[in-house]
Amino acid sequence: MSKGVLVDLTKCIGCGSCTVACKLYNDNKFEKDSPAIGENPKLTDENWTIVTAKKTEKDGQPVWRYVKQQCLHCEHPACASACFAKAFQKTEEGPVIYYPHLCVGCRYCMLACPFDIPKYQWEKSFPLVTKCQMCSGKVAKGEAPACVSVCPTNVMTFGERDEILALAKKTIESDSKYVKHIYGEKEAGGTDWIYISDVPFEQLGFRTDVTTTPLPEYSHSFLKYTPYVIVGWGSLLTGMYLYTKRRNKIAQEEKKDVHL
Amino acid sequence: MAATNTQSWSFRLTPTRVLLFILAGMAAAIALWRLIVGLGPTTNLNDQWPWGLWIGFDVLTGVALAGGGYSTALIVHILHINKFNEIGRSAMLTSMLGYLLVMAGLFLDIGQWFNFWRPFVSWGYHSVLFEVFWCVSLYTTIQVIEFGEILTERVAKPWHKFFRKIMPFLLIVGVLLPTMHQSSLGGLYLIEVGKLHPLWWSPFIPLFFLMSSFFVGPAMVAVETSLAGRAYNHQVDLKVLRGLAKIGGTLMVIYLALKAIDFSNRDAWQYVFAGGLESNMFLLETIGGVIIPLIILISPWGKTRSGLVTYGALTALGVVVNRLNVVITGMVNYYGPGYIPAWTEIVVSAGLVAGGILAYCFIVENFNILGHHEEHEAA
Ligand code: SF4
Ligand code: SF4
Repeated sequence: MSKGVLVDLTKCIGCGSCTVACKLYNDNKFEKDSPAIGENPKLTDENWTIVTAKKTEKDGQPVWRYVKQQCLHCEHPACASACFAKAFQKTEEGPVIYYPHLCVGCRYCMLACPFDIPKYQWEKSFPLVTKCQMCSGKVAKGEAPACVSVCPTNVMTFGERDEILALAKKTIESDSKYVKHIYGEKEAGGTDWIYISDVPFEQLGFRTDVTTTPLPEYSHSFLKYTPYVIVGWGSLLTGMYLYTKRRNKIAQEEKKDVHL
Repeated sequence: MAATNTQSWSFRLTPTRVLLFILAGMAAAIALWRLIVGLGPTTNLNDQWPWGLWIGFDVLTGVALAGGGYSTALIVHILHINKFNEIGRSAMLTSMLGYLLVMAGLFLDIGQWFNFWRPFVSWGYHSVLFEVFWCVSLYTTIQVIEFGEILTERVAKPWHKFFRKIMPFLLIVGVLLPTMHQSSLGGLYLIEVGKLHPLWWSPFIPLFFLMSSFFVGPAMVAVETSLAGRAYNHQVDLKVLRGLAKIGGTLMVIYLALKAIDFSNRDAWQYVFAGGLESNMFLLETIGGVIIPLIILISPWGKTRSGLVTYGALTALGVVVNRLNVVITGMVNYYGPGYIPAWTEIVVSAGLVAGGILAYCFIVENFNILGHHEEHEAA
């Protein structure tokens, strides 16, 4: 079964320890002009996770909330289905991981991801796509990802997806401060990282118009016709080719007859 | 015809051609630079806008415009409508050159270009791009082989018989493959649901791409033969152009009707006259690129050469705008404005076209392309 992480946004204090742990574990550079925390951080090839400080409103009062962002490790990842080189693959344990040696660099995955997670090494001669790998090595051993274990306020809970989903349901039901929506339960057909919050998700910058149909199905709804097109259209073309050719030949011969 | 065995190769250098050479040379230099330093320094692409002019123009538009090859192949060689024979070869030549340029554009756009062969062995069949990639590369190969028939009229003559033998097979596969990849280029955008503006995103986008790539064929033929006609003093019979345009025009009417039905189904009419960038660009593509050309075709002007050329040029431009709208305009609302092509991107695109024109001129002047009347016995 897939592992997942439940992120309880009400507990986050925006300290950014998780972003540091991520960089240390994955050996990513700290870059001055693209910070991983603050009011305007950006996911980049070096920032695989960021924490955005959001000034928003709750019950008419201005409040600050902190939103951790990274790959959601979709159950039906659009990135993996879009990749024609199989450079993105979903592992059995849950993480969607990247195999750099397979990548062609077409960047279709970046367009396909409904959450705009994959980023590119634009400044390199031979750039690669980058994104959170959910510390797949750790997860394979049953350990939590680096960011999860370092969090001082226990924002994140690592576990089997159905268990953390049950936990999320219990939490939002037992406490009225939570909005009744588990982000990632259904979005894009379900994700392994799920979120709960006491402020509506659209106020926090989450994309709430994401389809609940798994995205690979959109491609499949088209590709499934390919074999029929090859066989059907192929034989139709051959048929037309032979038919019209013969028809022309007969017409020519008839013409000759008339002349004679 | 002009090209017989003893004649030497000819290529006139006119001032326009020198200019084209300079443009192509600049593009080649920038391309080399891009292959060495990467995409960041040489393009305006960024994390928000991973695809830009090279995909939008060089690849998507290039493939659509080169579609003239397969629609004429279908009409001339599969349906054997003999009156269209004389444009068969030049349309197929433009198409082959178009695809070679598309391959070049694609090669420049991919980051790990030395890995370009990967998808052949990785077998990522769940991706629409996989179908595009296979079909486009196979089709380019097929077109080059098809060209072998013409080539062997002059060089490596013993092979000529062989090429004529395999032509029918090549022609059939050569219509089948474009049918697939023209539609799958639209299919690429199915997964952009919720990102691509509803004026363009549709479950039928593959069909729209297919149809427009087909009806742009006759339009391109009208433009191309008149250009070549002026340069080489070889005017294609008006009746031929008109006949082709009628086939194209019929398809354009069906295309409009399907769009209308699709808009009603998805409740998308509200966006058409909403004003703003998207709706204006959409109206431009639809009115300027489909409706006006249709009106020209129906009017008496559509029976004259200038009318047909105008119809052709507008239709082709309409398809260009449509493809760029899908790749760029339709994504602005989601990604925000953050991409304007860099001058380097524009020069490379223009240089590719310039190179294509030069190659066309060279081939036309040295091989039997224009005024090839007789139907192949084998085909
Ligand atoms: S969030 Fe995006 S990058 Fe992550 S698995 Fe889903 S589709 Fe792929
Ligand atoms: S950029 Fe690489 S990982 Fe992304 S779709 Fe293309 S080949 Fe696959």
